[in-house]
Amino acid sequence: MSTHAAEKRGFGAVLWDYLTTVDHKKIAILYLIGGGFFFVLGGLEAMLIRIQLISPDNEFISAQFYNEVMTMHGTTMIFLAAMPLLFALMNAVVPLQIGARDVAFPFVNALGFWLFAFGGILLNLSWFVTGAPDAGWTAYAPLSIISPGHGVDFYAVGLQISGFGTLMAGINFIVTIINMRAPGMTYMRMPLFTWTTFVASILILFAFPALTVGLFEMTFDRLFGANFFKPEMGGNVIIWEHLFWIFGHPEVYILVLPAFGVFSEVIPTFSKKRLFGYSSMVFATVLIAFLGFMVWAHHMFTVGLGPIANSIFAVATMAIAVPTGIKIFNWLLTMWGGNIRITTPMLYALGFIPSFTIGGMTGVMLATAAADLQYHDSYFVVGHFHYVIVGGVVFGVLAGLTYWWPRMFGTMLDEKLGKWTFWLFFIGFHLTFFIQHFLGLMGMPRRYWKFLPDQGLDTGNLISTIGAFFMAAGAILFVWNIIITSVRNEKVSGDPWDARTLEWAIPNPTPEYNFKQIPLVRGLDPLWIEKMEGNGKMTPAEPLGDIHMPNSSFLPFMMSLGLFIAGIGVIFQVDNNSWWIVAIIGFAITLGTMFLRSIKDDLGYHIHKEDLEDKGAGVK
Amino acid sequence: MSKNTNSAHSEQFYKEKHKEEMKHQVITFAMMIIFTIIAFGLVAGGFSKYFTIPVILVLAVVQFLFQLYYFMHMNQKGHEMPALMIYSGVFAAALTVLGLTTIVWW
Repeated sequence: MSTHAAEKRGFGAVLWDYLTTVDHKKIAILYLIGGGFFFVLGGLEAMLIRIQLISPDNEFISAQFYNEVMTMHGTTMIFLAAMPLLFALMNAVVPLQIGARDVAFPFVNALGFWLFAFGGILLNLSWFVTGAPDAGWTAYAPLSIISPGHGVDFYAVGLQISGFGTLMAGINFIVTIINMRAPGMTYMRMPLFTWTTFVASILILFAFPALTVGLFEMTFDRLFGANFFKPEMGGNVIIWEHLFWIFGHPEVYILVLPAFGVFSEVIPTFSKKRLFGYSSMVFATVLIAFLGFMVWAHHMFTVGLGPIANSIFAVATMAIAVPTGIKIFNWLLTMWGGNIRITTPMLYALGFIPSFTIGGMTGVMLATAAADLQYHDSYFVVGHFHYVIVGGVVFGVLAGLTYWWPRMFGTMLDEKLGKWTFWLFFIGFHLTFFIQHFLGLMGMPRRYWKFLPDQGLDTGNLISTIGAFFMAAGAILFVWNIIITSVRNEKVSGDPWDARTLEWAIPNPTPEYNFKQIPLVRGLDPLWIEKMEGNGKMTPAEPLGDIHMPNSSFLPFMMSLGLFIAGIGVIFQVDNNSWWIVAIIGFAITLGTMFLRSIKDDLGYHIHKEDLEDKGAGVK
Repeated sequence: MSKNTNSAHSEQFYKEKHKEEMKHQVITFAMMIIFTIIAFGLVAGGFSKYFTIPVILVLAVVQFLFQLYYFMHMNQKGHEMPALMIYSGVFAAALTVLGLTTIVWW
C-alpha cells in the first residue's frame, strides 16, 4: 500500500512481499495489522468481562472462562496490542524523523515482528487446546505454578517468544537513533517522538531481561520439574513477583513514553508553535525512565516487605509525579497563545491531558503505602491503570495513527468520523472507568467473577458496562473509518497537516529509500525552519548518488515459525515424550535458518543514480 | 579518523599515539597479573573471610574496568554511548540484585 506499484500486483505477490519485507514502512503496517487484530481481540474479551458484570450474580459466562478471559484481556492488551501498535508508529516514523533510509538492522526488524506475531498466535492457540491461561496477567506464583492444564505454559512460552521480538526491536531502535541521524540532527534537535522511542527502547533493553528470566524459571518449574517458586522445595514465590514487576513497572513507561512523544508532536503542530520547554521535556523523559527502575515494589506494598522498603518505594514513586507534571505543564504552555486547530489528533491530545492527569493523581494516592492496603486489589486499582493506559497509551496510539496515517498510507482518515470516534471513545472511557474508582472504594475486589446484589455495587457496574459499549462503538467506527478511507483512496500531499518535522518533507507516497538525498538538519523542527525561510523543502546534505538497499528475506518468518513449532512441542512434551519430535523439528528450522543466514552473504542491492533522476522523488 | 593533508606530520603523530597506547596496555597487563597474584595470595595466606572476599571483588571490578578501557578501547573517543549503556545496564542490574538481596533474602 505504501508503494504505488503494490496496487497493480496480484494478491499473492503482495502477500509474498509483506512476508519477506525488511522495509521499515511495511513492517510498520504489519505491526499495525497484528496489533490492531489483537486490540480487537482484547476488546472483545473486555466486552465479555463487562457483560458478565452488568448485573449482580450474573451467569453469562462460567467462572473458569471468566478467569481465562480476564487473564487474556490483560496479557493481550499489554503485550500484543499496545506494544505492537506503538512499534507500528515507531517503525513508520522514527527513521523518517531522523532522516535515515531505514533502521540500522532491517533484517532484525523483520525478525522482531515475526517473533511477536508467532508468540501472540501461540498464546492465543491456548483457547483451542486445554483452555487459556487463567492466573491473571501477572501470573503470580504459586497460582501460576499449580494452575492445571496447559494454559499457563502457553503464557510462559508465548510471551517468551514475543519478548525476544520486543527486545530485538528495542535494540534496533537504540542503534538506529544513535548511528543513523542525518547531518545536523544532534541529540537536542531530535523530535520528541524520536526521543521517547529512544528512551523507551533503552527501558526495553534493561527491563525485558527480568521478564525473560522470570518466564524461563516459570517454564522450568512447570515443564521440567525445577523448584524456583515452590516453597516446599526451598523455592520462593516472592521472587516471581519481584522479577515480574522489575520488568512490569518499566513496561508501563515503555508504553506511555512513546504516547507522550506522539502528543509532543501533535500539540506543537496544531498549535503552530514550537514545543514549549523542549530541553525540559527531554530531561523529564530521561528522569521518568531513570526513576521507573526503582519503584517496582509499589505493586507489592501488601506483600509484607516491611515499613522501610515500603517507604523507600513510596517516596520514589511519588517523585515520578514531578517529571510527569513538567510534561503536562509544557503541553499546556505549548498551546497557550498558539494558533490552535481542533483536528482529530488534537482532540485526542486535549482529551489525554485531563484523563491522564486523573490517572496520575490516583497513582499518587496508590503510592501512599499505608493507604494502599485499602486500595490494593480493588476496582480502584483497575480504574487507576485504565486511566493511565487507555487515557495515555490508547489515546496516544489513536492520535498517532490519525496524525501519521497520511504518511503511512498516503490518504487522510475522515475527519468527521474521526471526531465522532473520539467523542464516543472519550465519553465511553470515562463512563466505564471513572465509576470503578468508587466501586473499588466501596470494596469491590478486582478479578472476581461475580458480585452480589444489594451491596451498593449494582448501579455502578451497570454504568461501567454501558460505557464499555460506547468504547466498542468508538472502536468499530475507527475500523469503519479505515475501511472507507481505503476504499475512497484519495491521495493527499506529503504534508497535509502543515507540520514541522522531517517526516513531512517527503513526497507522497514515501519512496522505498525514504530520502533521495539525505537532508541537512539546521535546527529543531527542521521542516518548519525551511518553511519560515521560504525554502519550503529541505536542503540536501549530499549529492545524488546510488542508494544501497537491503534484500528482502523469508528467513525471519521461518526462524519465528521454527520457534513457534518448538514452543508447541515443549509445552506438550510433559504429556507424551513423542512431542519432543515436534520440538526438535521446530528448533531445527530455527537453527537451520540461522545457519543459512550466517553462511550466505547478503549484500543487498543498489538503486542507481540514473533511475533516481527519472523518478524525481525525494529531496531535491 | 580522517587523514590529514600533511601526511608526514600526521604519521608521526599516530606513531607517537600508538606507542603511548602500547605502553598503557603493557602497564595494565602487568597490573592485572599483579592483581591476580594478590587475589591468590589472599586466599592462600588464610586471611579472614570478611577481608578476603571484598578485596577480591574490588580487584575483580578494577580488572574488569582495565579490560574495558584499555583492551577494548573504551578510553578512546566515540565510545560515550556504549559507556552510557553499559553503566545504565549495570545500574539496573545492581538495583535488581540489591532489591532481591535486601528484601527477599535478608
